[in-house]
Amino acid sequence: MNVAELQKKLIAAGRRQPADDRVPYAFEKRILAQLRAQAADQWVFWARGMWRAAASCVAVAGLLGVITLFQPQTPDNSRDLSQDFENALLASADLPDTSSVP
Amino acid sequence: MERPENELIAAVLQGDAASFEPLIVKYSPRVFATARRYARRESEIEDIVQEVWLKAFNKLHTFRGEAPFEHWLMRMTVRTCYDFLRGHQRNRESFFSEISEPEEDWLEKFVGDPGNAAEDADAAKLLIDRVLEKLSPEARLVIQLLEIEDRSVKEIAKLTGWSVPLVKVRAFRARREMRKILGRMTQDKYL
Repeated sequence: MNVAELQKKLIAAGRRQPADDRVPYAFEKRILAQLRAQAADQWVFWARGMWRAAASCVAVAGLLGVITLFQPQTPDNSRDLSQDFENALLASADLPDTSSVP
Repeated sequence: MERPENELIAAVLQGDAASFEPLIVKYSPRVFATARRYARRESEIEDIVQEVWLKAFNKLHTFRGEAPFEHWLMRMTVRTCYDFLRGHQRNRESFFSEISEPEEDWLEKFVGDPGNAAEDADAAKLLIDRVLEKLSPEARLVIQLLEIEDRSVKEIAKLTGWSVPLVKVRAFRARREMRKILGRMTQDKYL
């Protein structure tokens, strides 16, 4: 069989096939609905992300609150961080001036 | 009154999705006709066309308006069809045992007298569809565009995004692949 001739014949048969351009009923409405759903999905995505972020912030805040609540209270006020900081900062000022002593 | 295309596109880009509807109505027949050349089942065809329109909407900001919207859309359609072919390479390894009786008759007629086998016969159309389905995605796309739709190499390069030399190489390989398939088919039937 002449394969090249058969190829030509079949290609010619393919060319003769008319284009089928039927569009299903209300196809454009379906696409628009998809586009709107897609836009809504984007908002849902952001909203979900924000809620997750908010939930993790609340969890961290709660955890820190619990730690603070159950931390043993030191009766000695001198162990206060602010006091320690002030003492360290003013330590040089508190030193007695020895330069004028003969 | 029909609004001009560039006005509709500008409106869509400003957030008015409803302005996209007239474009869908106008160009869907062409997109459907193209998709039907690469997929057989109606559900697959609708999926392809839907994907084309969703892509077109999401990438509309990349349309620069230098060429007609239709060209830009058809490029997107052809590339989506090609992606579909690559993702659905089923049945390519099957043989021609499932050839129907009319197809077989047509082949018999062709063997007897090649000039007598009519090109417009339904059996010939079924056969070419069957052969196209057996081709690789690249070969099928090239044969479809170059041989059946009679497009130029330059046009195919623009539609597919391939270079002109690559289209030529793929066209050569596609013809060879098609001949191989036809040779195998006739061997299965007549040897």
